[in-house]
Amino acid sequence: MIEIKNLTFGYSKNSLLFKNLNLTLEAGHIYGLLGKNGAGKSTLLKNIAGLVYPLAGHCTLNHYNAADRLPAFLQDLFFIPEELFMPALTAIQFMESTAHFYPNFDAAQFIQILKQFDVPQDRQLHKLSFGQQKKVMIGFGLATNTPLLIMDEPTNGLDIPSKIQFRKIIASALTEERCVIISTHQVRDLDSLIDTLVILHEKEIVLNNSLDNIAERLSFTTKSLANETDILYVEENAIGINTISLNSGQKFSRVDMEMLFNAIISGHQSIIDSLK
Amino acid sequence: MEFRENEAIYLQIAAFVGDNILIEKWIEKIPSVRELAGDLQVNPNTVMRAYEFLQVKEIIINKRGIGLFVAPDAKGKLKDYRKERFLGQELPEFFRNISMLDISIEEIQSRYVTFIQTNNQPEQP
Repeated sequence: MIEIKNLTFGYSKNSLLFKNLNLTLEAGHIYGLLGKNGAGKSTLLKNIAGLVYPLAGHCTLNHYNAADRLPAFLQDLFFIPEELFMPALTAIQFMESTAHFYPNFDAAQFIQILKQFDVPQDRQLHKLSFGQQKKVMIGFGLATNTPLLIMDEPTNGLDIPSKIQFRKIIASALTEERCVIISTHQVRDLDSLIDTLVILHEKEIVLNNSLDNIAERLSFTTKSLANETDILYVEENAIGINTISLNSGQKFSRVDMEMLFNAIISGHQSIIDSLK
Repeated sequence: MEFRENEAIYLQIAAFVGDNILIEKWIEKIPSVRELAGDLQVNPNTVMRAYEFLQVKEIIINKRGIGLFVAPDAKGKLKDYRKERFLGQELPEFFRNISMLDISIEEIQSRYVTFIQTNNQPEQP
């Protein structure tokens, strides 16, 4: 569905953010995009959405080149940025002015999500709090029913009940035709929602792997439960030592995304190799 | 729903569905993938995997175009499956524990008899 081929990009030619980056994403999945601050997560999303243009290589969505920004491409995706600039319109007025760019927009769904999120429909969007604005845009994005939905740090600013609603709404919004990409630092918020982990590190995609596959190949346990010779990564904390090891015993352990991320960005190539 | 760390989420969801069938909360129709994914706040693919697992075990059946239903004799099949799992996984763990703690099988047996007696007493009005 999304193909990124040999993408090279930088805001200036002297400092590149991506060099020959390749990534393929399929419909029917919720991807979690992780990367350190400044790794270029948001910039990668903007390349996919056609908001910035590659220096070399290309990004396509269903064979449309993102940088061409054709209407047929633009109506197939919705992008919710981390920072929002909201107009002086109510949610309903915003829908009336913007929804017709999206042929599969579902007004009833939008209104229902606003209710689930507990957002007022009759107040001007620019006067709402950041969290409320975010919820309006998440609701709008979901109601567009575009094949691609991109969310940059969607849970930032959401209160606890809203995070729960967010997970419920996203879980029931995924269809086989839809691809959702969520970039986040709050992996614990989205633990059981993400099915595939994508890690961006040092100008490249270093991991694009389903959590099912990761759980099959790797074991996340305390040191005493791990098989000494299978240990690939060790992390000490206040109450003991946690490890990532090869899953030789075919036992299930829940993928600790934070620990996996730390292991990969600190250069533990053996972990990446074990997932290939 | 809080998930445990040591078992795949799809199996925990399958067990949750099984519980609801055994206690007869769900008698005929099973919630759709979307509904259950929303309720449990999990990826629909995980629910799908749980449902596929239960279909292979013939505990639920997919009636094309209508939805998912509790299979005939689902309860019997669930009990068979759980018994197999208990004997294969939980019992060895139990044995490991009692042997480590030097608890004799006679002590276990007498406690089991007491347990059965207390639990089988008719309820007081």
